[in-house]
Amino acid sequence: MATMTETTAEVIWVSGPVMRSNGGQVLSMYEMVEVGAERLIGEVIALDGEVATVQIYEDTGGIRPGDPVVGQGAPLSVLIGPGLLGQIFDGIQRPLNALRQATGVFIGRGAQVTPLDRQKAWLFKPRLKVGDTVAGGDILGVVPETSAMEHRVLAPPGVAGEIVYMAEPGAYTLNDAIARVKDARGRETELFLWHRWPVRQGRPYKERLLPTEPLITGQRVLDALFPLAKGGAAAIPGGFGTGKTITQHQLSKWCEADLIVYVGCGERGNEMTGILTELPNLTDPRTGRPLMERTILIANTSNMPVAAREASIYTGITLAEAFRDMGYAVALMADSTSRWAEALREISGRLEEMPAEEGFPAYLATRLAEFYERAGSVITLNGSKGSVSVIGAVSPPGGDFSEPVTQQTKRFVRTFWGLDKELAAARYFPAINPIDSYSEYPDLVAGWWAEHVAPGWQEMRSQALVLLQEDYQLQRIVKIIGEEALPDTQRLTLAAARWLKEGFLQQSAFDPVDMFCPPAKQVKMLKLILETFRKAKEVMARGVPFYQVRELGELGALMRMKSAIKADELERFDELEKSLNDKLESLAG
Amino acid sequence: MNDQPKTENRKPETDLSGREYLGLKSIIGPLLVVTGVRGVGFDESVEIHAPDGSRQTGRVLAVGQDEAVIELFGETVGLSLQNTRVRFTGSPLTAPVSIDLLGRIMNGMGQPLDGGPLPVGEASRDLNGQPINPTARTYPQEFIQTGISAIDGMNTLVRGQKLPIFAMSGLPHHELAAQIVRQARLLGEEGRFAIVFAAMGVQHDVANLFRQSFEASGVLNNVVMFLNLANDPAIERLITPRLALTVAEFLAFDRDHHVLAILTDMTNYCEALREVASSKGEVPSRKGYPGYLYSDLASIYERAGKIQGRSGSITQLPMLTMPNDDITHPIPDLTGYITEGQIVLDRGLHQRGIYPPINVLPSLSRLMSDGIGAGRTREDHSHVSSQLYAAYDRARRIQSLAAIIGEDSLSSGDRQVLNFGRAFEEKFLRQRPEENRSITQTLDLAWQILKELPRGDLTRVTEAEIKTYGGG
Ligand SMILES: Nc1ncnc2c1ncn2[C@@H]1O[C@H](COP(=O)(O)OP(=O)(O)O)[C@@H](O)[C@H]1O
Ligand SMILES: [Mg+2]
Repeated sequence: MATMTETTAEVIWVSGPVMRSNGGQVLSMYEMVEVGAERLIGEVIALDGEVATVQIYEDTGGIRPGDPVVGQGAPLSVLIGPGLLGQIFDGIQRPLNALRQATGVFIGRGAQVTPLDRQKAWLFKPRLKVGDTVAGGDILGVVPETSAMEHRVLAPPGVAGEIVYMAEPGAYTLNDAIARVKDARGRETELFLWHRWPVRQGRPYKERLLPTEPLITGQRVLDALFPLAKGGAAAIPGGFGTGKTITQHQLSKWCEADLIVYVGCGERGNEMTGILTELPNLTDPRTGRPLMERTILIANTSNMPVAAREASIYTGITLAEAFRDMGYAVALMADSTSRWAEALREISGRLEEMPAEEGFPAYLATRLAEFYERAGSVITLNGSKGSVSVIGAVSPPGGDFSEPVTQQTKRFVRTFWGLDKELAAARYFPAINPIDSYSEYPDLVAGWWAEHVAPGWQEMRSQALVLLQEDYQLQRIVKIIGEEALPDTQRLTLAAARWLKEGFLQQSAFDPVDMFCPPAKQVKMLKLILETFRKAKEVMARGVPFYQVRELGELGALMRMKSAIKADELERFDELEKSLNDKLESLAG
Repeated sequence: MNDQPKTENRKPETDLSGREYLGLKSIIGPLLVVTGVRGVGFDESVEIHAPDGSRQTGRVLAVGQDEAVIELFGETVGLSLQNTRVRFTGSPLTAPVSIDLLGRIMNGMGQPLDGGPLPVGEASRDLNGQPINPTARTYPQEFIQTGISAIDGMNTLVRGQKLPIFAMSGLPHHELAAQIVRQARLLGEEGRFAIVFAAMGVQHDVANLFRQSFEASGVLNNVVMFLNLANDPAIERLITPRLALTVAEFLAFDRDHHVLAILTDMTNYCEALREVASSKGEVPSRKGYPGYLYSDLASIYERAGKIQGRSGSITQLPMLTMPNDDITHPIPDLTGYITEGQIVLDRGLHQRGIYPPINVLPSLSRLMSDGIGAGRTREDHSHVSSQLYAAYDRARRIQSLAAIIGEDSLSSGDRQVLNFGRAFEEKFLRQRPEENRSITQTLDLAWQILKELPRGDLTRVTEAEIKTYGGG
């Protein structure tokens, strides 16, 4: 790419991240360009007569009218190949480690770095051989990239023909051709360990599947009440400090995906540093390997250039789709989609487009839809199953969910984890408000739970939701007349809701025992609480007054069991259930 | 040292720098338009010479083939279209940085106010700085004891954090900040510390309060003050925090100092930004503030932290006044979205005579969990803090209920929680401005008031902790 050096056009106007050039007739929409002596990277975002408008992904200070604009002949693309895992990139896939080598601890401009290491040799094992026919999306061979994961080398979508050369098993760099394909017209194409894909274009697949397998997160309120399915999309909106980032970090660590793509989009530098420091030291419970080996980070922090922030979301989801096409279950976190929307707004403002709501461009909804549509559970081009689940944080101004980004996002996601400022203020975490939140996947994933964990999952879930709903209604009365004034049965409902909220739903990300709760333990805990509630109701019906139930010190165990009982001691839940049952029974006796 | 922020990066070829033009096409608000320009770059700094010989600074906001739009950091009073001379410098706005700035007092544009000479820079640095590469940061986790229970116990500050104070007009936030500065144990402990103080549009008294406080604690020689006072040009406020942080970065990352950067009042900064944006005719977003207020504030607040291989650090203590006491106003809102927590003051507490009037419930320190615990503060810290939050939140709810149904109609358990709430405010929260509590004192005090609660409410601390610290 960088071999093309003839000037295509010149800068004629520049302000902030937006520049106009006189290349309107020679550049094409979304074409990448290099600008100025430092070859800053940009992308054509509007064409009008002689004028091509370009957004620039780096600081534009010092760019002058007359500076050269060199078209690259291709749209903004990512490189897909071995070397992605465990890496951290900026919004346009420049590796931050390489940038640091190039410009130091502060991110400078114009550094020419390649996304993947071209010198590094990878062990390649072919899966196809000479004479085989090959089509786009087929797996040419595999590279054991990390001990947690193999990189499956894909034939680029669009390729079709017969293999006329296949590399022997052995070590190859990204510069080496590993296969040659002859198409129907006899034209030969070399294939490599890598290929490029334009970020704004979703990758093709064969067929979309209904998502029926839950994405287990180990977070009880999510898995048990508001599940996300593999291939589904969830939004997590909340004011500042309500827990969007911690929830996404928790999911990055513990959710049962094969690969995590974490996009830090316009957020804090230290949060990316936090992941970088933490993940290598955490072990994936499923592979026994450091979690970093199944993670790709994209970091375009709040103080990095705003145009690259806009691109970061697409860079992230394109990489996620590529691994989906290798047959993996991928989960993408985007923190925060609001900052991405604001980047859109800022660029749109500089283009002097007509604003719609709150200054956002009218195409905000379309862009959001396009993004969330790229989530999905699919049959890939090569016939395997893969999925991309998308979890997008939303940062509504003033924590008010009626703003445009939250409202538009709601149209395109089927799981909504609404965070609540008041819960966060009381340090009740995860501060997910069970009344505002919803999921449209329970019916789809109930079969999985019944088969793999417990047949009664869906029923227990419904009971828990009913209890929370009743509690919500009663709390409104309590606020006015106090709890003492309620009849005993209602006071028991309030008590049981408290067991549920404090004993089950509340889960600290920092508790070494409780930060991850496997499905089997979740079901045990929920069953114990509902069973205790049922038993208490029963003995009260037999004449036991509420105060006797309340004063039963043993019930405190319900609040402590999450940390007191470990995932490998599940039988202790049965013992606890029996002893609480006996205690309640003895009140009646 | 290839690790330095490169200002050289942005220097054009020498033949293009230093171009001068006589005459302006127009003056609109703080914007000057110059025509006939050649070779002018975006964001380069500009000197504007008025007919009376005075000189001001500006920067290029937009530049086309013939025309440049300049933002003037100063007053347009006295500028004429015909006789104003504009000199493009060919480099971005820079500040001279030097260790000799310690002990100096400058105005908001970096001119001496203390009668001393103009600082001679050891280096000249881009005012806007450059983003720290996330791979080069060190995650902050060293506990700073401020001696204030509401902060140390429940919203712990760590070195390298950006933790703002959300104030309300008429509340003693400056006194609180001064107390933190006096007591913060980062001072003195490691020898090399510095305070960079940036005032944006504040009263003389406030600047004096801090000066006296620095003097009283004998640290004045380790302080650089940049003062844009209430009667100074508002637009200079856009420069002041950047100037201060450019110096802070030099002191921290080139000269190994632990820097505490105090920025007050960020609300005045934002107001200046809004004024400029509206004179540019930009499409406003919420409450007339520009859509890029978030990114703009981030370019200030993100200049805090620690860097691998450098022994210094920048801890930011910005202050802002919430317009209308409203935490959802764009200024506190966007700040809270960027900073690593916030200390929120409360008018109700202040009216009840409680100092410091910190409402812990909306307050937060996001870096707390890594800065506390065994080996840093104490093993029970995190649970005790969480328990205090849960109980105080409940106490506040019961308080509003009691206001309706009367305290007598409360259950005995609720009455206990209510008493806890009072003890919390009177014993834990309240302390004297010169009272400096150790973290052990703070945590012991917490256990003392937790005793007010019904035993069954102590669900966030473990049985073992109750035995060890809660008297069984
Ligand atoms: N699941 C959780 N467990 C424990 N603490 C949490 C949890 N979620 C959030 N928190 C607390 O809330 C603070 C803010 O959370 P964060 O995710 O950074 O908020 P947001 O991204 O919404 O601004 C964290 O620093 C942490 O103290
Ligand atoms: Mg966050």
